[in-house]
Formats: sequence, structure tokens, C-alpha cells
Amino acid sequence: MWFFVLKRAASTLPVMLVVALVVFLMLRFTPGDPAVIIAGDQATSEQIARIRATLGLDLPLHEQFFTWMGQLLRGDLGVSIFTNLPVTTLIGQRLEPTLVLTATTILFSVLVAVPLGVLAAWKAGGWIDRFVMVFSVVGFSFPVFVLGYLLIYKFSLDLKWLPTQGYRSPFVDFQGFLRTITLPTITLGAIYIALVTRITRASVLEVLGEDYIRTARAKGQNERKVLFRHALKNAAVPIATVIGIGIALLIGGAVVTETVFNIPGLGRLVVDAILRRDYPVIQGLILVFSFTYILINMLIDIAYTVLDPRIRY
Amino acid sequence: MNTTSAASPVLSVENLTVRLPAGGDRANAVTGLSLTVSPGEIVCVVGESGSGKSVTAHSVMGLLPKGQLTASEGRILLQGEDVLAASPARLRDLRGTRMAMIFQEPMTALNPVLTVGDQIDEVLRIHTPMDAAARRERVLGIMGAVRLPDPERMIDAYPHQLSGGQRQRIMIAQALVLDPALLIADEPTTALDVTTQAQILKLIAEMQARQNTGVLFITHDFGVVAEIADRVVVMQHGRVVEQGDRETVLRAPREAYTKMLIASVPGITPPERKPILGAVALETKNLSKTYGGGGVFSGKTRIVKAAVDVDLTVRRGETLGVVGESGSGKSTVARCIARLIEPSGGEIRIRGVDVAKMPERELRKHRRHVQIVFQDPYRSLNPRRTVGQSIMEGPMNFGTSKADALARARDLMGLVGLQPDSLDRYPHQFSGGQRQRICIARALAMEPEVLIADEAVSALDVSVQAQVLKLLDDVRRRFDLAVLFITHDLRVAAQICDRIMVMQNGSVVEEGATRAVFAAPKHPYTKALFEAAPGRDFGSQLTGDAAPDLG
Amino acid sequence: MSAADIPALPARRTGALASFVLRRPFAAASALILILIVLAAVLAPWLGTVDPRKLNVLPRMRPPSDAAWFGSDQFGRDLYTRVVYGARVSLIVGFTVALISIVAGLTIGLVSGYLRRLDAIVMRIMDGLMAIPGILLAIGLVAVSGASMKTVIVAITIPEIPRVVRLVRSIVLTVREEPYVEAAISVGTRLPLILVRHILPNCIPPLIVQATYVAASAMLTEALLSFLGAGTPPEIPSWGNMMAEGRIFFPIAPWIVLIPGCALALTILSVNVLGDGLRDRLDPKIAKRM
Repeated sequence: MWFFVLKRAASTLPVMLVVALVVFLMLRFTPGDPAVIIAGDQATSEQIARIRATLGLDLPLHEQFFTWMGQLLRGDLGVSIFTNLPVTTLIGQRLEPTLVLTATTILFSVLVAVPLGVLAAWKAGGWIDRFVMVFSVVGFSFPVFVLGYLLIYKFSLDLKWLPTQGYRSPFVDFQGFLRTITLPTITLGAIYIALVTRITRASVLEVLGEDYIRTARAKGQNERKVLFRHALKNAAVPIATVIGIGIALLIGGAVVTETVFNIPGLGRLVVDAILRRDYPVIQGLILVFSFTYILINMLIDIAYTVLDPRIRY
Repeated sequence: MNTTSAASPVLSVENLTVRLPAGGDRANAVTGLSLTVSPGEIVCVVGESGSGKSVTAHSVMGLLPKGQLTASEGRILLQGEDVLAASPARLRDLRGTRMAMIFQEPMTALNPVLTVGDQIDEVLRIHTPMDAAARRERVLGIMGAVRLPDPERMIDAYPHQLSGGQRQRIMIAQALVLDPALLIADEPTTALDVTTQAQILKLIAEMQARQNTGVLFITHDFGVVAEIADRVVVMQHGRVVEQGDRETVLRAPREAYTKMLIASVPGITPPERKPILGAVALETKNLSKTYGGGGVFSGKTRIVKAAVDVDLTVRRGETLGVVGESGSGKSTVARCIARLIEPSGGEIRIRGVDVAKMPERELRKHRRHVQIVFQDPYRSLNPRRTVGQSIMEGPMNFGTSKADALARARDLMGLVGLQPDSLDRYPHQFSGGQRQRICIARALAMEPEVLIADEAVSALDVSVQAQVLKLLDDVRRRFDLAVLFITHDLRVAAQICDRIMVMQNGSVVEEGATRAVFAAPKHPYTKALFEAAPGRDFGSQLTGDAAPDLG
Repeated sequence: MSAADIPALPARRTGALASFVLRRPFAAASALILILIVLAAVLAPWLGTVDPRKLNVLPRMRPPSDAAWFGSDQFGRDLYTRVVYGARVSLIVGFTVALISIVAGLTIGLVSGYLRRLDAIVMRIMDGLMAIPGILLAIGLVAVSGASMKTVIVAITIPEIPRVVRLVRSIVLTVREEPYVEAAISVGTRLPLILVRHILPNCIPPLIVQATYVAASAMLTEALLSFLGAGTPPEIPSWGNMMAEGRIFFPIAPWIVLIPGCALALTILSVNVLGDGLRDRLDPKIAKRM
């Protein structure tokens, strides 16, 4: 078991290295001078030179790489061009809302999506199934921000049930938190629910065709137990996989959702950095988000050993 | 085990008709079927694919796929109660208590994420008010009864930790834990190796005698029928062709179809064959293939020796049979010789040239001398290409003009018994046996010296199998081919091979002239293998002069 | 193909179209909507539109009315005009990204699925690219190369390629174990021919379906990037840009955001529904991989 955990952890290293390389090369191998582009149209040559120095672009390539990797390994993500603060500090300030929002979204989505998917698979072809399929296509097609604005339009501007924007920490004002987090969670959750429902339906449907389901029925087992005890348990691995892969969607979606609902999280940090052309911040956030994604998926892989006794590496 | 006609039957199927969905090749899967199973009786339903034998079994259990197949007429009386008229809840009550079923694939019929003990226990939880301790006692008891080793430990095992035979024992334990009156066995030994099959057949007979269970046994294998049946029901195209007690049906069949089926079953006694003294076409020395090893964590990786120091020689005009159970390495040897996989060591000499380690570039010109016919006729031909394109592909690779390749393909189609005009058709327009003929034509188009048949007749129905075997024997003679015949089926090997080689765990354990090996096996494994063959005293001679004419 | 087969084909084709429309009415309707959107984008100048960039052609921030179907924005530009022209951006981005990523993904996937040595390296790179959330990767690329249609298309294409590669590779790995491929090897067919003749045809149906999903996802990403200020240059009327600019006026003039938003959603929905229909029709097996 521990051997497997170690092995799986080790296998994330090459992926992280590739991510780091891609991010490193992105700045160095794009056509044109990134320093000029980052500095903007009105920049003076001193400003461009200063940005070039901040990003370390004035050194030979291999030196750039070793300096950069050295900083990265020490957990140093560089310094913001705009605020002159370390990127790690900026990320630390904005971490909580994003973590809270993604956590509520995952919880809400899985609670809605898995039962819905199981139900759809059980009654495949029936009206629940059709509704679920339509819902999931629509969920995939509605851009997060369009959905966000539609919800604000209806529930905040029209019905005036919930505030339009903002964020309250659950550790400070729990009721305020619930009021502010509801719409962002639904907004961000829509595409994720669509994804998880779809995969749950497909996996359960596939498992329902397996021989051991026939065996369970031949024993005289009732449909509810066949569905949840035999089918869902076997479908758990692909569902968990997609829940993990879907985190990437969620990260992208969080950036937009935070913009729509004016939540001061990492997503807003990205948008602010885009507007201020603050490349070190963008780069740092790409690394942090990617590494988080890799780590979460590693944990899910390890969880497989609990879900499926056949998986013992 | 004689039928006690006085006892009322456990199962009585009366005039059953099961409708197929509209648009199929026939209206009914089963038409007007009647049969009975008495207590303590084993009734074998035997037939080729599409005969409706499995549908019959599933109808009794009420397990027909919903919306696709429906029993439209007749009655199925289980101890007098019509299961076709039973409510879903009543049907669930009956399953596991009064009727139970075991299936063909023990690998997939058990739920992989639950322990085997839990799965047997489930039957008790559904149908009895027993407490946990009593249930555990009962589960351990039945596991012991089906001769599983160390039930105390195995009760917590997962299916993947068990062998195929052990899993089938679990299935039987699960089916019989509540002593049902009827056991339905749907090809329960078809996926098992012959030695395991013999044990499971013995176990089924033993278990049914214990509680006087009635058994409805579905099979395609006349050897199994000869071994286990009290009575036999022969089915074709959804209808009963003939039924009667075992001796009558097997020894003195009435109907032409039954006669033809029985004549197609290869006998286990090899015919007399003259030794072949042609030139050596294929020779291997110390041929080995090892899987696994290497990689960063090689210390923990399991190394599998799929083939170990295999020496073999095949002369022109000779058929060498390689016989063994699954995992014996017989297919690995075939695939190494065809260079579909690279051997780890040893030599493969084709016309004297060692091709074992030859790089692909050089190998290409040697490939044409060795051709292979695979097991699965449905996957051996590219579904998107016409059979003509498939046959002509090889010769055209080696510079034959399209016109010449086409002429040759037409000749070969005729030779393998198909219409030369059908070269423009696609594989799905042919039956399994016809496709296997096309594969043989494709191989012959290369004018090979060595033909490898890797379980080439194993997926075919017995009547088709006999015809394809005959064809293989014909082309061997006509083209003076060296044939390497890989099979798990001793009957087939007995009939077609001049010499045989028995493999176990990657090594050759015995080798010799077929007749000699069958008459006096030396190695204990070979002996065990021969003893396990079901219905030993049964079958016909398929090749040579005494072979029956199967058209 | 024999002479006997030829007359049968056209009849079968029309029959197939009819049965597609009857059995998958939603997919057929989506195809129709898409055709209309494409026509509108192509024929934009002749559809009663004005110059999409011209300011103050209408009073500012007027709600939709008979005179201006979709109202006007904060600069008094005609929203109807801008929405029709905006379709061009989404369609071009969707089509181009789908085309490039399918062609690139197919090539990489075919080759790496068959050459084991290359495979390990290629797949590590693909894993790395997949680990970076697509939008962030695109944001980063746009941030260092400046905003232009070309950059946006490249930035969206790069994160899409690994998914296509994985799909193709999974097909190659399955198909190359098929006995008919092994038979082709035994009769001496060379590797490039095996790839083209025996393996490629198996990739086409799932890739057609995948192309629709890539196109939908690309349109979505383009709009998101524009909305976040890292996409299509602001002077080009794209649906994302229109929403980004209208964002601060949302409480008083919600139509500026909602109309282009709904146009975007409708387009993407049509592409997705069409994709699902094609998937069910062309390859029921990939339904499981979704």
C-alpha cells in the first residue's frame, strides 16, 4: 500500500516538471519580445528593461532556467511587477474565498449529480433520463458568466432574494456566507454537475450490462440493492476519475465566477493581473493551480485502492 | 441417477415461444418448446449457436432482457407454479430459493468489488431471517461442500484473487446454498480449462445428487453431454429437434440433424498416420519469451516466463499440434514464430534462416513464408475492406500486379469453397465459418510454407468446425504445407495432427506421434489432461478416408 | 466496389438522412440552427445591419424595441448588428481550433500510439499540458504574445490537442491488437500503410464527433478569454467582448450582456446537441467514454 502511494507520488514528478517547463518556455519562446508586450504600448525603454530584468530575461537561457527552477524548488514564485509583493504573499491573501467556493461547489455538485446519474441510468430511455440528458447538454453549453448573469438578473435584481455580489467568510458571518455563496456555487456547479451526471449515467449504465448484475438478479436481489450495492460501487472508479479531471474545469470556471460575483479570490487575482499585465502573478497562479490539480488527481488515484479491491499496484 | 417417472417434475416447460424483436432474421428465438426436468435428473439442452438454448434457460429464471425478448406463449411450471405469470416480487422470492442459475463466465459473473463470502451471504440475507453468525456458519458450510480449500480464509477473498475454477465453485455455492429444487447451468464449463472442467462437472453431479436437485444443463459440447446427461434435448433454430435419454440420442439418433451433429464431433482416438518425412520447414531452438521485468521499480515487477526453451520442428506436409491449457504458452510460441511478438531468446529457423531477432526491415521478405490464421473470425478481417482487398493485400505488398492478385484471389476463393464472385463483399456479409475460410485464403495467397492455425476452429460451431478442419487438411496436402496447429481441444488435435507437443506453464512436457502419445501418455500432466477429456468413448473420425461426408 | 452495389448507395444515403431527422429531431434542429447562424455570419452586411464599430448610431443604452431589435449599448452602437457580426468570431474560432487540433492530435496520436519509444515522452508532455487548466494556459499565452485573433486561436488550440491525442491513442492501442492488423503485419504490409489503411479509418467517426465538442469548447473559451480581457482585441465585435464591456452596466442595462450571452449559449448548445446526435449515430461505443 505505502509502496503504491510512494510510487504514485513519484509519478507526479515528471508531470510537474513538464508543467514547469511549459510555463518556463511560454515566456521565452513566444514570437516577439514578451517584455515589450507585457510593458504595454506606452512603455518607455527603461520600463521594458526593468521588466526584462524582473523576469530574468536578460540572462543566457540556461542560466535563466537554473535560476528559475532553483527559485521554484524553494517555493519562490517571483515578485509582482505591479505591487512589488512576492507572488506567494498575494496568493496567500486571496486563497480562502477560492478554496471555500470550490469546496462548496464540489460538495453541492456531487450530491446532486451522482443520484441524478444513477436514476437516469436505471430508467434509461425514460423521462427522467431524457430530462437529465437535456439538462447536461444545456449545462455544458451555458457559459459560466452567462448563467451567472441570468441568475443575478432573476434572483437578485428581479426577486431581490440574494445579494448580487460579494463574499462573506463562513468563519466570520455564516448567514452572510450562505447568502453570498449560493448563486456562485450554482453558477460554477452547473457545468460540473453536467459532467458528473453524464459520467455517472454512462458508467452505471455500462455496469448494469455486466454479468454480475444478472447474477445478483438471479439471486432474487431487489432493484434498489442491485442499483446501489452492485452497480454504483462498480461505477465508482470512473466517476471519481471524472470528478478529479473536472477540477480543471472548476478552476477555469472559478476565475470567471469570481469576476461575475466580485469575489476577492484567486480568480480575481488572475483577472487583475491580466489587466495590469502582471506576468509573474499569472505565471505563479498557473503553477499553483496546475500543481493543485496534479495533487488532487494523485489523491484520487490512491483512493481507487479503497474503491476497487482489484487495484493494487 | 435413473429417471423416477413417478415423481412430478421440478420443471415443466410447455409449448414455450419467445418472440424476437421485429426485424430479426427470424420471428421467434424459441418456438413451441416443451421439456421437463424431474428431481435428481440432469437434462442437457444441446445445440449450436443461435439454437435458442440459452434463451430457454433465461426464460425459466425470468431473466430475459426487458423489452427485447418476451415469452409470448406457453407455460413454465416450477413445481407446478407458472413463473411466466408470477409477479416480479414473487419471481424474486423464487430465485435463489427454488431455482438458481450458474453462468458461463466465472470471471465476470461475480461482482469484483465484493468479497466472495459476502456474495454467498447475500442470498441468505435476501431470503432468510438468519442472524450474522448463523449465516457465516452456513456460508462456510457450503464453501466446504463445493470443495473450496480453506473456507475460513477464502470467505474474505475477492473474486480476482481466485482461479476460474474456484470462482465457478463460488457460483455453485451461491446457487445451492438454499438447496433449490432446480439448478440451471448455462454452459458452466465452457470458459474453463479441460482439467478444471472435469472437476466442475464432477462437482455438479455430486451436488445435485446430494439434495436430489433437478438440473437443466445448457451446453454445445457433446463430450460434456456424454459425460453428465441423463436425458438430452437437441435444439436447432429455436425448436426441439429430438429428445430422449442419453444412450438413445447419442448412440442411435433419429433425426438427420442430430446425426450430422454427432458425426461432426471429433473422436478422441487418433487415426493411423504415416510419419511425414518432408524437408524441415520450421525449426525453433530454445525459443523463450519473458514478460515483465525492467522499469524503474523492477524489483517488485513480476516476471512471467510465457515460453521456456521450446524446441520444435515441422516438416513440409506435416501437422504439428501444440496442445495445452490457457497460460501454457502455446499461443506465445505461435505469435513468436509469426514474429507478431519478439522472442526474448532462442532461434526461429524458417528455411534455415534465423528470424528470431531480425529487425523488421529484413524480416519483411521472410514474413510471406509463415502465415497465420487466428481464432476469432469476427475480428480477423478488417470490417471496412472487401474480402478481395484483404486477400490481395499481401501479394500486392510484394509487387504482384493487381490483375494477377485478383486472379489468384478468385482461384483461392474457389479453393476454400466460396463463390469467387463474392470478392467484392464485406466481411459482415459472411458467416463465421466462411470468414475463417477467407482467412485461410488470405494466408494461402502468400504461398507460404508454414501455416500457423492459432485456435483457428475453436470459436466455430461443431458442424462448421468439422468442415474447416477438413479444409485445413486438404490445403496441407495440396500445397505441401508445414502446419503448426495450436489448440486446447484434444479431440481436434487427435484428428488433425501427425505429431503433438503438450505444453504446461511455458514448457514442453511431452512430444511424439499423436497416436503414440494418446495411446500411452508418459508425463503426469498429459495423463491428467487426457483423463479430464469429457465423454472419452464418444466421437467420430473426421479426416482421412474414414471421415464422414459433411458436405 | 461491384456494379451491383452502386445503385443501392444513393437510396441508402437519402434514407439515412431522413431517418437521422426522424430519429434525432433535436440533432437535426441543431444542424438547422447552425446553418442559419453560419448564413447570418456570412451574409451579415446584407441583413439590415449598420457598421458594427460606429458609435452613436442610436441613443445610448436603449432597451430592445421595434426600431432596434436588440437595443443599443453604452456607446450607442447597434446591438443587433454587433451580435450578427459577433457570430463570425465565434464560428471562425470554433472551426479553426477544431480543424487544427484534430489534425495535429490525429498525427501525434497515430504516430505515438504505434511507436512505443516515442509514446512515453509524448504522453508525459500531454499529461503536463492537460494538467494546466486550459483557460489559464490560454491566458498565459495571450499575456506574453499580445492579443490578436491568431494568438487566441493558438492559445485555445494548444490545450485542446492533448485530449485529441489521448482519444486517438486509445483507439490505436485497441485497434492494433485486432487480429486483422496482425494479419496485415504478417502479409508484409508496411507500417505507414497499416496506419492509414487499417487504423486511421477507425479514428474518423469518433474524431468527427470530437471535432464538434472541440469547436463548442473553443467558442466557450474564446468568449471567456474576451470576457476576462485576455482574448480577441476589444475593437473586434465578439460576443465575449460585448459582454465584458457591458458588464459594469449590467444592473441598469442587462440586455447588453444577456443578448450576446444567449446567442453564444444557443450556438454552443446547437453544436453540442449535433455532436451528441452524431456520436449516437456514428459510434455508439464512444458514448461510454464520455
